Amino acid sequence: MLELENISFEVAEGGQGREILRNVSLSVPKGRLVVITGPNGGGKSTLARLIMGIEKPTGGVIRFNGQDITNMSVTERARLGIAFAFQQPVRFKGLRVLDLLRLAAGKDITPSDACDYLSAVGLCARDYINREVNASLSGGELKRIEIATVLARATKLSIFDEPEAGIDLWSFQNLIEVFQCMRSNIHDSSIVIISHQERILNIADEIVVLRGGVLSMQGPRESILPQLTGTASALQSCRRIS
Amino acid sequence: MNSMNLDSIQKRLLEEIADLHSIPEGAYNIRSNSQSVGRVSTASIEITSKADVSGMDIRIKPGTKHQSVHIPVVLTESGLSETVYNDFFIGEDSDVVIIAGCGIDNCGRQDSEHDGIHRFFVGKNAKVKYVEKHYGSGDGAGKRILNPGTEVYMEENSFMEMEMAQIKGVDDTDRNTLAELAAGAKLIVRERLMTHGHQRALSKYDVRLNGKGASADVVSRSVARDDSYQRFDAKVVGNAPCSGHTECDSIIMDNGRILAVPGLEANDVDAALVHEAAIGKIAGEQLTKLMTLGLTEQEAEEQIISGFLK
Repeated sequence: MLELENISFEVAEGGQGREILRNVSLSVPKGRLVVITGPNGGGKSTLARLIMGIEKPTGGVIRFNGQDITNMSVTERARLGIAFAFQQPVRFKGLRVLDLLRLAAGKDITPSDACDYLSAVGLCARDYINREVNASLSGGELKRIEIATVLARATKLSIFDEPEAGIDLWSFQNLIEVFQCMRSNIHDSSIVIISHQERILNIADEIVVLRGGVLSMQGPRESILPQLTGTASALQSCRRIS
Repeated sequence: MNSMNLDSIQKRLLEEIADLHSIPEGAYNIRSNSQSVGRVSTASIEITSKADVSGMDIRIKPGTKHQSVHIPVVLTESGLSETVYNDFFIGEDSDVVIIAGCGIDNCGRQDSEHDGIHRFFVGKNAKVKYVEKHYGSGDGAGKRILNPGTEVYMEENSFMEMEMAQIKGVDDTDRNTLAELAAGAKLIVRERLMTHGHQRALSKYDVRLNGKGASADVVSRSVARDDSYQRFDAKVVGNAPCSGHTECDSIIMDNGRILAVPGLEANDVDAALVHEAAIGKIAGEQLTKLMTLGLTEQEAEEQIISGFLK
């Protein structure tokens, strides 16, 4: 379904190029749940943004269902069937939750349809559909609404950038159920989740570890997860400032 | 509406500014090209013409509840220029909705101008909702000009909510609003403004909180596109223990320009006054989010603006 071939991404910093990702190659087959994990600053979110087209790679090729999408815009990729849940959801003055869900669904859904998406993420629709997606919503509420927009899109490939951030312990099981439900509802759909959470790693079919911009491990959960848990900190030890 | 001999352009303007598709319920006066083409008073709302100048007196009896007054104005003749004085006397303990608005269609080469001077005398404990929409259309070289002047005098514990919108087609506007509030009176203003092309819009508020417990909340949301210019000048004066808040939230696009001039004056140690102003272009991440839902950049922009000005 999704193939990344030698993806590199470099940014200019202080007049010099800094490599965020180097020659990353991976594939996400149909119907699989792939979790990308690794230390902070390893390039996970950048990789997710490259797949959606929010950033363009400085090298390599991205293919979706066999089609080269490397130079396609965000809109074109969205229309081909890629959905994206932001790590930090965006606020809008004036746009209501119902408006956003309608835009996501691409049609004029009824409040009761919207209710299904909201209750799936643990929100009571009556309290939310007419609220503006503005600063009056808490970080956790925004995050759930963000996930609901991806549910409303019902695409073949959904990417979640740290979906658990801002979701409290009590709602975590609900979040896991959302992913499981998506897999059973949309035939052959694949999910890519950027996450640090062991409970999310536990539901993965495959795990990809990105470290320092390079792919350090990739394989079935059964073989990768035991290597990650119970090991020493993934971070390099801190050196004293001299 | 047919009984008033309005043509299709006049009917379209009435729909735009007052959502009028048929003769309104309650009291009304419909003014078209400087003539009253329909007027109805009710048992509790009396509309009479002024003797000395062009305009009307609208008298709402004390205790009038849940009634509405429509006073839309349409101009379709190029080169027409008029100043109209309307006074509203809103009786104590009443609860009414007043729907005004002006639509200009100018296909000609001469400027068309309507200057509506509205004064509101709001009695004790009265509650008023005032809705005013301005709209311009027509592709003539003549300008469409609207210069509304609004004065609001609020007695003890009265409440007024003003909803003002000018979204399209008005070339030049100079809006002046003055409000004086007695003890316990509350004023809420919601202004929505969009300018494009070479339009110019000036909006000035002077709100004086004169009595204990008076409060005002003046919020303007605006969008300036193309080469248009806006100036929002909001001044709140606290002369007593009171609370006042003004907010100017604007989006600029293309070569649009906006000047926001906050003004707070406290003449009492217990006056609590706040001003907020923010001007900026549409946030890139908002566009990106809507594009991830399948919208083009232009569609995303339209959704963000229409939501912002809702």
